[in-house]
Amino acid sequence: MDLYRSHVLICAGTGCTASGSLSIFDVINEEIAKNGIQKEIKVVKTGCFGLCEVGPIMIVYPEGAFYSRIKADDIPEIVSEHLVKGRVVKRLLYHDSIAQDDTIKSLNEVGFYKKQMRIALRNCGFIDPENIEEYIAVDGYSALGKVLSEMTPNEVIETIKASGLRGRGGAGFSTGVKWGFAAYAPGDIKYVCCNGDEGDPGAFMDRSILEGDPHSVLEAMAIAGYSIGSEQGYIYVRAEYPIAIKRLTIAIAQARQYGLLGKDIFGSGFNFDVELRLGAGAFVCGEETALMASIEGRRGEPRPRPPFPAIKGVFGEPTLLNNVETYVNIPSIILNGPEWFASIGTQKSHGTKVFALGGNINNTGLLEIPMGTTLREIVYDVGGGIPGDKKFKAAQTGGPSGGCIPAAHLDIPIDYESLESLGSMMGSGGMIVMDENTCMVDIARFFLDFTVDESCGKCPPCRIGTKRMLEILNRITEGKGKSGDLEKLQTLASTIKAASLCGLGQTAPNPVLSTLRYFKDEYEAHIDQKVCVAGTCKALLRFIIIPEKCKSCAICAKACPVDAISGERKKPYLIDQVKCIKCGVCLEKCPFDAIVKR
Amino acid sequence: MKSLKELEEIRNRTLDSVGLRKDRSSGARVVVGMGTCGIASGARGILLSFIEEARVRNITDMTVVQTGCIGACRLEPMAEVFMPGSEKVTYVNLTSEKVRRIISEHIVNGKSVDEYTIGSSVGDTAKQGGI
Repeated sequence: MDLYRSHVLICAGTGCTASGSLSIFDVINEEIAKNGIQKEIKVVKTGCFGLCEVGPIMIVYPEGAFYSRIKADDIPEIVSEHLVKGRVVKRLLYHDSIAQDDTIKSLNEVGFYKKQMRIALRNCGFIDPENIEEYIAVDGYSALGKVLSEMTPNEVIETIKASGLRGRGGAGFSTGVKWGFAAYAPGDIKYVCCNGDEGDPGAFMDRSILEGDPHSVLEAMAIAGYSIGSEQGYIYVRAEYPIAIKRLTIAIAQARQYGLLGKDIFGSGFNFDVELRLGAGAFVCGEETALMASIEGRRGEPRPRPPFPAIKGVFGEPTLLNNVETYVNIPSIILNGPEWFASIGTQKSHGTKVFALGGNINNTGLLEIPMGTTLREIVYDVGGGIPGDKKFKAAQTGGPSGGCIPAAHLDIPIDYESLESLGSMMGSGGMIVMDENTCMVDIARFFLDFTVDESCGKCPPCRIGTKRMLEILNRITEGKGKSGDLEKLQTLASTIKAASLCGLGQTAPNPVLSTLRYFKDEYEAHIDQKVCVAGTCKALLRFIIIPEKCKSCAICAKACPVDAISGERKKPYLIDQVKCIKCGVCLEKCPFDAIVKR
Repeated sequence: MKSLKELEEIRNRTLDSVGLRKDRSSGARVVVGMGTCGIASGARGILLSFIEEARVRNITDMTVVQTGCIGACRLEPMAEVFMPGSEKVTYVNLTSEKVRRIISEHIVNGKSVDEYTIGSSVGDTAKQGGI
């Protein structure tokens, strides 16, 4: 392999691809050829760097220059100035990567990366995911080699147990114990499955890992196969993740070609192969029994447990099912030892957790922090705070199954137990930050609307119960709430939680319960005073012209799309509340700040 | 893949390919002067020689970067070699043969090749004290 003096890494994750990184890849190769330096510079497409907010992202080594929001038009300048003449184009660098003395900060010093610790994302944005040799260069497949040549299946399971790794899909069950169940279950044929059916709104951790480091998932599944005595793995991934599917397909083909999947791996006599199964994007298929039904080609519906998948899973055989992020931790644990992993994080939650940060936050993106990092550090240090310096109101974790954490608990160290004690949950890692202008009733309504859509309909508590809850929430946000509504919501919620068949229904009321716990006053204001404090619920809003401030300029009347504003010279104008559609245009246009939202 | 040895071979072969993508403080740093003067007197060939020679000798922690005019245009092509913990050494009037010796004596063995340095070529720039 040739040595180059400079490597140009271009993010080819979904986020940066959507903002045009692939065309930048083509343009930069053209420009490099034009300048005749193709022997000196290597251009690599990598997985996600995490800072999706400022994409497309490009990092140039050895300087470590972090270019953000680059356009194809910037490329000739970067090539001729930086790559040919060696002068970094500071104008195009990510603003936080320039130190006060005008030098380039190392990536670990940039605010977004400073508090992060990358285990699951160790190779994302570092290697070319479509090149197995780059994965091997960063110790790829050596954990599998070690396991097959030096360890018994039982030793592997004990190692995973000792590391304290817990399921990253959300529930947090001990991974080692789960492997043990599958290993000791009687049966000649067993299966290893990977849950890549990432369904929470706003979550994209698994997608980024599958796109940026597909081989680590394959390696971990092979290790799992050896440990429980399985020769066949299935990765269940959403069809709406085309880049992840493409890279996985390439990775599987390469691993087979190199003999790292298939027969007699490392001459140990161990056989293992992996197939992809594409899901059509149903939220319920992230539930383990529904997912396995879907792998078999049946309708994605859950079934009662027990029997658990470890006893009776795919095709009725013992099955091990783990989430994508859980798997990618495995090779690192094998190579670095369980003590290393157990030393990271809090007492009961070891290691790191990947979060997809979104909502009202400056650094939208993908991050990985040690367990025990506080919510405040995530929001203000890694996340870079809230746009417009607005006040933090709450963070929602765990998606439609989780809950929200209010500002009073900003200093809580994030781990499985602490989040549960607050009525939320770790979940798969979606984290939505909300500022003071967010209506908590509306948020609860949004998540319930999602679960009503995604309920498979098999059991009545979930199918009918969530629908009734949504109707009540719709009424409240439309200003038609009645006294007794909150009690009814509570009763419905506890019934649905107790009686639903699967995790989807059992957790569906959580967003409502948690907002009721911390923001009951907002619910009451909606019902009793018909007021939405955050100013989000349109039906409860009124746009009013303050007569003393109105100069009768008629700008608002001209701007109003429905002619709801009228008036005459030298008299204050008036808004017809019946005609008004609450679009807010008048408020934006008024030069005298005479219009207010109430 | 039939043995761990095979995996190790691939890893050794490919390690260089990703070694560059790290913030580093160890290893030699070679800065080649590539202003108009440097380029005109063949600095690009010198830059490539450094890379090529590092590859031949399997040096993985060396960084080669470019800079603008170093100031003594008549002595181009020039390069500065920074070894961790010691003063920089400026080499002048470079050729591919000189580069090979610099790599083997200075970068591998830590002893600068004094006869190629700016100090041994009489010049007014050296008296300015800046170089």
